This record gives sequence, structure tokens and C-alpha cells, in this order.
Amino acid sequence: MLNLEIYPNHKIFDKDPGQEALRDGYGKGLLEAGKERNVVVLTADLEESTRCQWFKKVYPERFIECGVAEQNMAAIAAGLGISGKIPFINSYATFSPGRNWEQIRTTIAYNDANVKIAGHHAGISTGPDGATHQAIEDIALMRSIPNMKVVVPCDAEEARKATLASVFIWGPVYLRLAREKTPLLTTPETPFVFGKSYPLWISKGKTLDVAIIGAGPLLYNALLAAKELENQKIKSVVINLHTIKPLDKKAIVDWAKKAKAVVTVEEHNVLGGVGSAVAEVLAQEYPVPMEFVGIKDVFGQSGKIYELWKKYHLDVKDIILATKKVLKRKL
Amino acid sequence: MLLSYHRLKELYKTANRLREDVIEMLTEAGSGHSAGPLGMAEVFAAMYFFILNHRPKEPSWPQRDRLILSNGHICPILYATLARAGYFPLKELKTLRKLGSRLQGHPHRKSLSGVETTSGPLGSGLSQAIGVALAARLDGARYHTYVIMSDGEHQEGNVWEAVMFAGKNRLSNLTAIIDRNNIQIDGYTEDVMPLEPLRDKYQAFGWNVIDVNGHDIEEFVAAVLEAKAVYEKPTVIIAHTIPGKGVSFMEQKYQWHGIPPTKEQAKEALRQLRRLGGKIKSEHD
Repeated sequence: MLNLEIYPNHKIFDKDPGQEALRDGYGKGLLEAGKERNVVVLTADLEESTRCQWFKKVYPERFIECGVAEQNMAAIAAGLGISGKIPFINSYATFSPGRNWEQIRTTIAYNDANVKIAGHHAGISTGPDGATHQAIEDIALMRSIPNMKVVVPCDAEEARKATLASVFIWGPVYLRLAREKTPLLTTPETPFVFGKSYPLWISKGKTLDVAIIGAGPLLYNALLAAKELENQKIKSVVINLHTIKPLDKKAIVDWAKKAKAVVTVEEHNVLGGVGSAVAEVLAQEYPVPMEFVGIKDVFGQSGKIYELWKKYHLDVKDIILATKKVLKRKL
Repeated sequence: MLLSYHRLKELYKTANRLREDVIEMLTEAGSGHSAGPLGMAEVFAAMYFFILNHRPKEPSWPQRDRLILSNGHICPILYATLARAGYFPLKELKTLRKLGSRLQGHPHRKSLSGVETTSGPLGSGLSQAIGVALAARLDGARYHTYVIMSDGEHQEGNVWEAVMFAGKNRLSNLTAIIDRNNIQIDGYTEDVMPLEPLRDKYQAFGWNVIDVNGHDIEEFVAAVLEAKAVYEKPTVIIAHTIPGKGVSFMEQKYQWHGIPPTKEQAKEALRQLRRLGGKIKSEHD
């Protein structure tokens, strides 16, 4: 059942659970963050679609338009960051951190500049724009840089909280955001502690068959899968691993010990993303059979969000299949 | 004139001493770049010993002028200057590029105080300097931001994004200094990928441009003062320099861009520098 301790959205399993885009949650968070007078917002010609315009309206003097120049934006932010400002840079994840990765690595991360990187329109759920605009590599790109922290919020509410939290976390932070409206899983009361995962769902009873660990809006599918699995007498826990770096290793190991099998869920290439991060920990600390639900090293294509989730095997039934597969491999 | 004859003479002497430091450091390190650091000795001497408002004993003094080094590979001259200015002990210069040293092969802000930013990968220094200058503008701070760039790095697209931005935003609290020494690793800039007309390009982007002889400290200082007086746009000072300046066998040779002298070559280089290019006769001649 839903983990009521974290105050989840009670309507999750309703036909209309309430939907909001992560970028909208981010935009609200940014506006709230503006109360801290050192927060500065930069964009590379995408103020509307990155929802920066809400901040701009209230704090025009702290809004910096860079034009279509992501490399310049990143390094300008680095200069601001080493001068006491808390810059948020905004573009689509394929361009930032895609195109400006080296500037992020050297001038932001190695330089320890207090810059927050918002990677918008990440994942294939960006939809009709097609593969050029669907970032499926950004988590890998960011988590492999020393000194970088990585957060993947699961819904608009968590995106808002993560945005606000990142203001008070010193140093470079990567926030992974998405374009389309997706179901709300959490509520304003749900606690967001940077670096600390929590279960969204725990099946009743003392034993567990599988731990489903994931991040991002696909956790909605994971919840639907968990509910269906319960109907089939398969007991699961669904973990919201919103912070990919620093990773909540203890929780991952603890749940693996309890369930003895893990399925990871992410809207990212299975190479180097959330599943990889979980596997790196378990391989060293407590190896258990694992299955990876994610994009299997292929580029996406144009389509609607739910069509794409289905086409690239990120759907509820794919999580159920992965679970059954991993259960067969259990010792 | 702001610079007295005596002061000017001292600055030239300092520049030459910095060159000796550079040769000694590179020889000890066994790797690194020779031509660029030697060519920029006068500019660094003028900046740190005359122009910059700074406190070597208080490197993070908030009101200090900022000097961002974009072409990080010429850091031997930065390190030598910082040490001579009193940021850290001179003897540490010998640790350049060695394990555990604060003097990294390319400058790292977190390793050594006095280094304003991390650089090495070319083309992003001007952008960073813009960020620093914007922060000053937001805070109403009076410090001035300088950025030293190489000519070769103008082949990076990032530079032009930054040039465009500074021009649009009329960042007059920012001054760029280009080491126009016409060389890069693979050859002469105009052969590898022509940069000219550099002056016209900057002007087209809304900058004030001043060309100077980068080895003439009086001319260079006058240009910086002019840059600070121009309020409607950012200024770029194109400092025409001789790569490898002061060491006859290195001067004007792109082959010396990215290598250090051998022990024997260093001996000869130091001999030349100590005689100020033949102006002083030693008893051994």
C-alpha cells in the first residue's frame, strides 16, 4: 500500500490523479528561491519553456538572457558563482549539460562554483520534438563529474522542493526536469531531504519479493505496477531515489537485503543512469539479481509521452515483466 | 605621467626577473609552456605591481580587482608574479606540476589563493570574467575585472558568444587583454586559422579596441587607464607581443609554445636574461 508516512497524493490511483509538469514546479520553486537575493537566473533563449519568466517578472534585475549560447551561459554562471551569486542556468538538457559539458566540468564543478544546472525537457517524454531534444544521457554526463550533485524529481511538487533545497546546498547541483504534465505522486507535506530516498509504496506483510527503485515521473508507472503485482501476490516496495548523487547507499543496500531482488526504473539510457548507480552499490555491498527498466541504448523519436513510454518499454507492463524476470533469477 | 622614470625601470626589472623565474620553474618541472609566459612578462608586471588594486596578504579581499587568466597554460608567469607580489613563498615555485603542489599544471582556483579561476581548456575565460563583472554590477561593487586571453583561443566559438554578450550588455567594468603573439601549438595563427582582422571583429561586436606594444609598459598602462575611463563599452587591449621574448632562440618560434627548455638551454636562456639581451656585459664574455 501507499506509504502514508510520507503524505503521498491520495488520488494517485484515481483515473485523474492530478497532473502538473515538472518544469512548472521548478518555475514555482525558482520564484520562491528568488527571496534569497543572491539567486540569479540565466537562460539561453528559453525563458518561457523553462518557466524562468515567472522569476523574471518579479526579479528582472536578476534575470540574465544569454541568447542561444549554452557554453557562454555555463561559464558566465561560473563567474557569478565564484563571486557570491547562486546562479541557475536553464536550457534543454540535450544542450545544457549536453553541449556545454566541458564548461560545466571545468568552470563549474572543478572550480567549485555555486551553480545550479536545470536540465529541462529531459527524457524521451519531451515527445514530439524527437530524439534531438530528448536527453537520455544527462544523468550519466553529470554524475560522472566529481563535485557534482544530481537530483531527479518525480513530480512537479518534488521539483519545486528540490529547486528550493538546491539554493541551500553549497556547490554545483544538476536538476533533471521534464516537459510534459505527469501525475502528482507527492504533496506539499511530503518531506524532501536532499540525499535521502524514501518508499512511496510498501506491500503489507513482513516479507518482500522485490524492491523497485527508480527516479523521475516514471515512478508513477512503478506504483501502478506495484499495485498490480500485489493483486498477483507479489510483494514490493517502490523507492523514490530522487537524489542520484550523493546516493543513498544505505537505503539501497537495506532494501536489497529485505527483498533480495531489485528492479530499477528510469527514463534514461540504462548505461550510466539510475540503474547503473544502484548496481554499482549493490555489486560491491550486497549483490542481488537486478533488472533494468530504461531506454536500452537507442535514440528516441517523435511521439506522445504515453506512446513513447510504451514503445521504449517503460510502461507498467514492462515493469511487471522485469519483476517477474528478476524473481525467476532469485536464488 | 603616472609612472615615474624610477617606477618604470623597476617594472621592467621585475618583468625580467619574472622571466628568469619562468625559465627556472619550467626547467625544474620538465614540462610546460615557454613562449607565452615569457612574452607576457611586462603585462603581468604592470598588472600586479602597478595597476591592480589588491592585497596579496588578503587574497579574498572582496573589493580587490579581479584578474582572470583564460589561457591557463601560461600559468608559470602567473605563479611567478603571484609569488613575487607576496601571495606565497618564492621557493614554492619549484613545485610547479609536481604531486601535491598548489601550483597545478593549469591553474586551479581551489588549489592556490590568488588564482581567481580555474582555466586551461581554452575559450571560457572571457565568459567567466563576464560573470564576475556582472556580479560586481549587481552588487554595486567598484572593483574592475580584467581577463587575459590568448590570440589562438579566439578560434573557440565560446569566445565569440562571450564577446557578443559583453558588447550587448556594455560591460565597461570589464577589460580584456589579448596576448597577440601570433603563435599556437600547431604553427602561426594566421596559418592554422586566421584571426585577422581581430580589431575590426571586436569593433563590430561593440567593443572599444586599443592596440599596444605588449612589451612597452608605459603604452600598456596608458591603454588600461583609457579602458577604465571608457564608460559606454567594454575595452579590449590587443597586446602585440613576441613569444619567447628575452631568449633569442625562443623568440618568434611557435615550436616553443608547449615545451620547456632543457637544462643546457635554460642555462643559456638565463645567461641572456641576466645580461638583458646583451645590454649588460658579464665578466665571462
